[in-house]
Amino acid sequence: MGPATMSESIIEESIISRPTYGTLKIVPGLAHYFLADASGAECVIRVVQEMPRDMMEKVHILYVPTPGEAALITSLYALGAKRFEHFPTIEEAVAKLGSWLSDAKMGSQLYLAGTEGLVGQGVAKGEECGLDHTAVQCEHRGSLARRVQCVHCKTMIEDVTTQPVKCPSCDLLLLVRDHYSRRLAAFQGVCINAEDPTEEVEIKEVFK
Amino acid sequence: MSASDHLIPVVVSNVVEVNPIIKRFEFKHVNGDELPAFSGGAHIVVEMIDDDTKRKNPYSLMSSPFERDQYAISVRRDDTGRGGSKFMHEQVRPGMEMKISAPVNLFSLDLRARKHLMIAGGIGITPFIAQMDQADKLGVPFELHYAARSVSQAAYMDSLADRFGDHVSCYCDDQGESVDLEMLLSNQPLGTHVYVCGPKGMIERVVETATALGWPAAHVHFEHFLAPPVGEPFEVHLAKAGIDITVGAEQSLLEAVEASGTPINCMCRGGACGQCETVVVACDGEIMHNDHWLDEEQRAAKQRIMPCVSRFRGKRLELDL
Repeated sequence: MGPATMSESIIEESIISRPTYGTLKIVPGLAHYFLADASGAECVIRVVQEMPRDMMEKVHILYVPTPGEAALITSLYALGAKRFEHFPTIEEAVAKLGSWLSDAKMGSQLYLAGTEGLVGQGVAKGEECGLDHTAVQCEHRGSLARRVQCVHCKTMIEDVTTQPVKCPSCDLLLLVRDHYSRRLAAFQGVCINAEDPTEEVEIKEVFK
Repeated sequence: MSASDHLIPVVVSNVVEVNPIIKRFEFKHVNGDELPAFSGGAHIVVEMIDDDTKRKNPYSLMSSPFERDQYAISVRRDDTGRGGSKFMHEQVRPGMEMKISAPVNLFSLDLRARKHLMIAGGIGITPFIAQMDQADKLGVPFELHYAARSVSQAAYMDSLADRFGDHVSCYCDDQGESVDLEMLLSNQPLGTHVYVCGPKGMIERVVETATALGWPAAHVHFEHFLAPPVGEPFEVHLAKAGIDITVGAEQSLLEAVEASGTPINCMCRGGACGQCETVVVACDGEIMHNDHWLDEEQRAAKQRIMPCVSRFRGKRLELDL
């Protein structure tokens, strides 16, 4: 994967519930937790490298690599964090984040970097564990593929790039809305042709 | 309109000397009615008619929010103040009728908290007594750290320790004890909210320590009521009313405005809530901004004043009242 695919994607202005993202910056804290996928790894490396060495005792990193990729694991490991673990899926990494945060103290900061699915699930886990939203920073990198909830059968559909998208579970054709649920960390997918299910709607790739 | 416009007639049902400097006053409605509901951290304004002087001071409610038949406050005697606490200590007796405002809460528990960490200094203990009752009934974990100058001045320390056991830690200056804030604030589970009420220096230390450790501002709560300071008398012109008034040495500007019959908004009467913020039409002189409400820039601009605690020195002050 070349650097071009890792660059920041432009998120168009939309309704207020559509999350927007910033740039990670280290703030004062008792402990600093990081969660990133392959597209966000460079953000973690950028900010952690600038921290004084004696702060590494406070740094905890969770990483979800792209299958088969090893170079970024090596670079992240080399940062010398107190804890560094990597998991094959976002779900497992987020579960680990939950177990780390259940022992965490007030003053902890959470930094999330990568695709929207990872960032959104990290935000939801932080909130569930009692982290104030002002103690969570997010930097979006990589694809704008969306995690979508089919509002009809509640199936979560990962990596949605098309508009509309067909629900793999109930087969309804869903309009992917900008309406976002922070609790579910997902955009809402609503049947696009409910009045006339025979209506043909062109499926275009729009979330790249 | 102000909370203190609609006063509740009460009778002083009990006066208890807690220690040489603190007395507790209990109030019941004159008709025996239930008093308005409140939540832990709320305060009332007590009206004191002292011959020609009418004072209105805010005091935190310390009685249980689950008991509506009476309210209790504790008053620390301050002989260098404007005389409100001295009046309460010397003049107020059981059976006396007084007027109080409905409760207002500027220091409520954040009910999203997973744990409430309370830090009290001296008489700052009072709002926490009501809050602990609330947290205890709600079943939310809480911890009180209560510091006082000496064992003899530590009001309610023993009874709180008896009632809430391990939830309460006490520190007395004269025993060489003090709260290790850095240690305390470094060991709180995620989702904890901290509340501090006490002397200015204590509030500042808690806020600074928490901020440096990375606590989000939304998890740090403090209440610091100011007693309106005494000072030199001064003249004020009220532009809308078209009158000149004099603010006495031991009177607040707010009290002088009220005494003139001019309408003015207010709530906490202690420089914290912002309700009495008033536009300055003209100012030739110096405004002594004593509030917690206006920021540095607003103070320097001399276009706003908080009449509940701030004073004036100079040639002319004209207010949009």
